Amino acid sequence: MAEEKADGSLVFHPLDQFIVKPLFGDGAVGVFTITNATLWLAIAVLAIVALFVMGTKKRDIVPGRSQSVAELFYSFIYKMVEDVCGKEGAKYFPYIMTLFVFILFSNYLALLPMSFSPTSHIAVTAILGFGVFIVVTVLGFVLHGATFLGMFWMKDAPAILRPIIAVIEVISYFVRPVSHSIRLAGNIMAGHAVIKVFAGFAAIAAIAPVSIGAIMAIYGLEILVCGIQAYVFTILTCVYLKDALHPHH
Amino acid sequence: MEGDIALLGKFIGAGLAAIGSGAAAIGVGHVAGNYLAGALRNPSAAASQTATLFIGLAFAEALGIFAFLVSLLLMFAV
Repeated sequence: MAEEKADGSLVFHPLDQFIVKPLFGDGAVGVFTITNATLWLAIAVLAIVALFVMGTKKRDIVPGRSQSVAELFYSFIYKMVEDVCGKEGAKYFPYIMTLFVFILFSNYLALLPMSFSPTSHIAVTAILGFGVFIVVTVLGFVLHGATFLGMFWMKDAPAILRPIIAVIEVISYFVRPVSHSIRLAGNIMAGHAVIKVFAGFAAIAAIAPVSIGAIMAIYGLEILVCGIQAYVFTILTCVYLKDALHPHH
Repeated sequence: MEGDIALLGKFIGAGLAAIGSGAAAIGVGHVAGNYLAGALRNPSAAASQTATLFIGLAFAEALGIFAFLVSLLLMFAV
C-alpha cells in the first residue's frame, strides 16, 4: 500500500479508508448499490442477531458464554435507562438498546484491519442522531402537549433574563442532534485517520519502529474510545428522553 | 516556492482551527481532574457520578471534534 511516489510523498491518503466504493464492479454509487458500507452495516446487524439469538436460545439459570454476554449488555443498558429516565423510561428501552448495540458493534467491527467504519460517516450517524431528536420532540409534544414548550421558559430565573435564556435554550435544543451525530462520527473518523497517518510514517525505515509502537498505542486507545462513544451516544439519548418525559425539572 | 495564495490561506486556517482541539483537551482534563479530586474525597459517591462524568467529557470533547472537522473541511472541502 505504502509505496513512494517520485516526489517522496506517500500514495495513500489517511482519509482514503472512508471512501464508499461499490462492492461489485466499479460503477457509480447509486441509492441501491451494494457498497462496502452496506457490507459492514450488514455484518454488524448479523453479528448482533447472532449474539442475541444464541444468547437467548437456551435460557439457563446459570448462563453460558453467549448468554452472559447478552445479559451483560441487556442489564447494563436497562440500568442506564432506569437510572437516567426513571421507571417510565423503561418503555423506550428497546429503542435505546438497539441504538447501543448497533453503534457498539459497528464501532468495534471497524477496528478490524481492512474493514470499513460505517459510524465514521456523518450520513450514518446523522440518521441516528436526528432520529433520536425527532422521536424525543414528538414524544414530548404527545405526552405533554403545548406545556412541553415550558422546558424553554425557566421559571426560577429572574424575569428579565427569562427571554434571553429561552432563546439560548431553543438554540441549544436544535444544536443537540448536530453535536450528537458529529461527536460519534468525528471521534471514530479522527481515530482511524490518526492510525493511518502513523501507518504512512511506517514506510520510512528510520522511524518505522516508533511509528509501529504508536499505531499499537493508538489502537489501544481506539478500543477504549469505541466503547466510550457508544456509551456516550446512548446516555445522551437517555438524557434527551428524560427531558421529553419530565420537561419541568 | 510557488502555489496560490488561496491554498496558503486554507492550510493556515486549518492549522489555526486545530488549536481548538488543544483547547478541548484542556476542558477534558478539567472534567476528569475535578472528578478524580471529588472522587478521592468521597469515594462512596464516586460510582453514582460516572454517568455525569462521561456526559461532561462528551460535551467538552464535542467542541474539539468540531474544531477538527472545521480544519478537515478547510483542507479538503473548501
